[in-house]
Amino acid sequence: MIFGLDAKTIYLLIPLSCLAGALLAGLLGWKIGRRASHVVTILGVAVAFGLSAFVVLPDVLAGKTFNGPVYTWAVSGGIPLEVGFLIDPLSALMMVVVTFVSLMVHVYTIGYMHDDPGYQRFFSYIALFTFAMLMLVMSNNFLQLFFGWEAVGVVSYLLIGFWYTRPTAIYANLKAFLVNRVGDFGFLLGIAAVYMYFGTLDYGAVFGIAPQLAAKVVQVLPGVDWNLITLISILLFIGAMGKSAQVPLHVWLPDSMEGPTPISALIHAATMVTAGVFMVARMSPIYELSTTALSVVLVIGAITAFFMGLVGIVQNDIKRVVAYSTLSQLGYMMVALGASAYSVGIFHLMTHAFFKALLFLAAGSVIIGMHHEQDMRNMGGLRRRMPMTWLTAWIGALALIGFPMFAGFFSKDMIIEAVHHSKTPGATFAYLAVLLGVFVTAFYTFRMIFMTFHGKPRMDKETFDHVHESPWVVTLPLVLLAIPSFAIGFLTIEPLLFGNYFGTSIHVSTQHPVMLELAHDFAKGGESSVNRIGVFVAHGFQSLPFLFAMIGLGLAWLLYLRYPEVPGKIQARAKGLYALLLNKYYADEFNEAVFGRGARGLGNLFWRIGDVRLIDGLLVNGSARLVGWASSIVRQIQSGYVYHYAFAMILGLFLLITFFLHG
Amino acid sequence: MIMQHALSLAIWLPIVGGIAVLTTGGDDNAPMARRLALMVALLAFLATLPLYAGFRVDTHAMQFIEDLAWIDAFNIRYRLGIDGISLLMILLTSFSTVLVVIASWQVIQNKVAQYLAAFLIMEGLMIGVFSALDGILFYVFWEAMLVPMFIIIGLWGGPNRVYATIKFFLYTFLGSVLMLVAIIYLYYQAGSFDILAWHNQKLAHLPQILIFVAFLAAFSVKVPMWPVHTWLPDAHVEAPTGGSVILAAIMLKMGAYGFLRFSLPIVPDASHELAWLMILLSLVAVVYIGLVALVQQDMKKLIAYSSIAHMGFVTLGFFIFNVQGVEGAIAQMVSHGFVSGALFLCVGVLYDRLHSRNISDYGGVANRMPVFAAFMMLFAMANAGLPGTSGFVGEFLVILGAYQANFWFAFLAATTLIFGAAYTLWMYKRVIFGEIANKHVAELTDISSREGLFLGILAIAVLVMGLWPAPFLDVMHTSVEHLLKQAMTSKLL
Repeated sequence: MIFGLDAKTIYLLIPLSCLAGALLAGLLGWKIGRRASHVVTILGVAVAFGLSAFVVLPDVLAGKTFNGPVYTWAVSGGIPLEVGFLIDPLSALMMVVVTFVSLMVHVYTIGYMHDDPGYQRFFSYIALFTFAMLMLVMSNNFLQLFFGWEAVGVVSYLLIGFWYTRPTAIYANLKAFLVNRVGDFGFLLGIAAVYMYFGTLDYGAVFGIAPQLAAKVVQVLPGVDWNLITLISILLFIGAMGKSAQVPLHVWLPDSMEGPTPISALIHAATMVTAGVFMVARMSPIYELSTTALSVVLVIGAITAFFMGLVGIVQNDIKRVVAYSTLSQLGYMMVALGASAYSVGIFHLMTHAFFKALLFLAAGSVIIGMHHEQDMRNMGGLRRRMPMTWLTAWIGALALIGFPMFAGFFSKDMIIEAVHHSKTPGATFAYLAVLLGVFVTAFYTFRMIFMTFHGKPRMDKETFDHVHESPWVVTLPLVLLAIPSFAIGFLTIEPLLFGNYFGTSIHVSTQHPVMLELAHDFAKGGESSVNRIGVFVAHGFQSLPFLFAMIGLGLAWLLYLRYPEVPGKIQARAKGLYALLLNKYYADEFNEAVFGRGARGLGNLFWRIGDVRLIDGLLVNGSARLVGWASSIVRQIQSGYVYHYAFAMILGLFLLITFFLHG
Repeated sequence: MIMQHALSLAIWLPIVGGIAVLTTGGDDNAPMARRLALMVALLAFLATLPLYAGFRVDTHAMQFIEDLAWIDAFNIRYRLGIDGISLLMILLTSFSTVLVVIASWQVIQNKVAQYLAAFLIMEGLMIGVFSALDGILFYVFWEAMLVPMFIIIGLWGGPNRVYATIKFFLYTFLGSVLMLVAIIYLYYQAGSFDILAWHNQKLAHLPQILIFVAFLAAFSVKVPMWPVHTWLPDAHVEAPTGGSVILAAIMLKMGAYGFLRFSLPIVPDASHELAWLMILLSLVAVVYIGLVALVQQDMKKLIAYSSIAHMGFVTLGFFIFNVQGVEGAIAQMVSHGFVSGALFLCVGVLYDRLHSRNISDYGGVANRMPVFAAFMMLFAMANAGLPGTSGFVGEFLVILGAYQANFWFAFLAATTLIFGAAYTLWMYKRVIFGEIANKHVAELTDISSREGLFLGILAIAVLVMGLWPAPFLDVMHTSVEHLLKQAMTSKLL
């Protein structure tokens, strides 16, 4: 309770304050001006963050959760479809992360978009995004989840295409929307299946009924029995694959870098793309009933984690490196979920939100400093010109590669440990993938750091002299994100993973005791929390992942600082592999050739042959010709004699009456 | 007193008003004709509001009944009445007509009074279709409403208007004739033209099938269903903007409405027996037409094909025989009225400036018309079925319903998520986004306040229905339940 408002009003205020900011900046931005537009949106998001962090989170920690409707959207067949909130530890954590990163990005945008004519529009969009994302995480039912799900997708579409005159941007945003729609296609079918078999879309009710349906079998293909829960889980996961960019629906995320950098940080790294991870964690009572579905999540996540990381190695655009890194890290989160370590997945979601937002914003700071140059081949040595950006980027990088003590270390090590313990089919493959992924991550991350900030500048002196550190509105968010990127891991690992923070909001079946084993290992560290974390960190320095990370880092140092002429030679030697990675496994070419051209080809076929030739040509005009032919015969009957006609009429009437009397 | 004749008022007020507009004469008096027409349209809209306000949601019985003798010799009566389904259609009709009058304010400069009068008269006739409870009365309204539409396309249409009008006429006429035979047959069976009596009339198997086919001929052309849809793209392309709006928003709903008022309750056994065919044709409409829409070069054709695909959802919803399906289908009818009407108005806004409907003649419109681009974005998203817009409500409920019938129905129907987004947003991208494509686009001016008015009203309608569809669905629940009960009860002799 604050200011005498009841809980529900506060929950409503959180998304609505963002929406109010978005509407003001969007509809009245032309009138109130740039300054007022960023003031109202920042104010809205600040209110949302303040309430989430200082009212909702303490409430939830004190055990005060909420689950109730806001209004009834519609009723059909006696089943109410509602808009409502579920405020529990899981959603509270997401609310804090989303509003905090969003607030940082809002402040940063003042600097980044300073000279852009679409300033107000941009603020309106990101505030609207925050509203939609909050509605998604706060939902207590599948309908509103889908609302938020699609709404964040639309804002993402609008923001990728923010610079709507650029052909690449408007190609990328259409592609992002359509690929996401493929995911949503599965997602919606999953929701329809839930509606049919559970008779409700309310989370609480569905999770309550789920165990009773655990053994239910349905036949989608005649004669083939499928487990209902597996079917629903996989359909829902197809949605998650779209939103969280898992292979093969990952193709849109790298292209989404066409959008301004602040949204790459907010939407395409920290929040929206993690919606799929959040969704699976939220649905843990369902996923826990199907080992098959968990296995699918695990394997898809592992493939994404490793193979997308590889692509990051050959990218030269600084934002694309971070984008492929995001794909890979999303894969890590999925692996955690597949291993039934949901809390670890959410833990990594949180640490990743901070350090990846930091890395994106740092990349953005470099891009402003370099006057919108994004190619790392034209950078180098920026450390001296942009010390603050450099320092914070190092913190982000160390967190990303999982250097002990940094936030990413705790979450990533726990994922590797979890999958190591997991018995879910595919776990061995996933373990190898995430372990090798550590090497790949360290390599591309420090390749980026070295190419950007270290070594000799690869630009002319004049350009280099003009590079300068970004203004405080840009560096302040960097610093504020660097703090949790370092500290959030050891501060929260105990309560989040082993302290029962999530309580009943995450359900793990006793058949998947991965978390218990992790807790058991962790507890060996000693009596006090400091001891346990100290032992864990000390152990981290001797672990296999650390070794792999150091090899990656060292190799990056060798190749990009010590012997910078070598990578070119390797490239020339391994042409095939290099081309494969540079072309992202030719996924875009495949999609364009098969789905793009296929759909247009079918459309043309149906139109030109089906509609124009067959229906219009043969049936419509054909029947016209038939009538012409028939009338040329029937014309003979038109004798012109009235008695002929009268006779025909009487005959006709006679036949009709006969039919009606006897028919 | 007024409430007892509320339906007659809704029908005859625009017709009489339309005749009054005609009396203003030539184009010298055009300003007066416009003002008068707007007044009539507004009054006619206001006249339909008491129908909603006074509507009782707790009964499935027909309401606002009027019953007068008309042609005693054949027991033909002037019998009117509405349920929750027709109520929504009537409101949609009077709402759309107001927008059309505003939309043609400056666009039509030639035979202004006649143009506006045609729409007002057509409004009354269409409301007549939705409220007639006598077979012959229904048929008269059904045929009569076509006349103003032929005139609108034939007089104010594009260069190929004669071909389009004749195609439209032939298609619909063929269907109507068969429907008349069915109506006469039912009269002989039931002894009256009372549609409600037909609902209780038992019929043998073969007559049921034949009646179903006869009605199908009439209604499937109007919807239109694949493969009798090819008149619609031609008619839309040639029709003036207002004609397209009414055609898409209201006339297509006539066919769908016919299934609910005639086919399902009168011949339930045949409806069930042939449901597979209806579902098949509906799904073909969604998938096949969705792909055809993708490759269209003409904006109006694209939206016309999109209409057919969206109407596929309506017929699919009807013939899966569950509450979600039917209610979703009716919600889709209302939403499609808003969204396709809005999209045709958007194309009209562009056409008035550049006199082209070709997608390739545009590009980068957002640079010159940002406000327009924002409106069209909303309508494009609604057309793609975005949650929070009206376009989602119907599609969502129909997919929920279809899943209950068969997984694959839902699977094929849900492809609209992909196709609908693909054809709508690809068109949007090519027209609105990008660099300014040519010097004509560079000279574009953003929408006027009059254009902002009708687009704004539709935007509000689209959002309200998307965010809170309950008021739309609540009035139809009992009617739909009753309808489904009729449709589920065998009437075989």
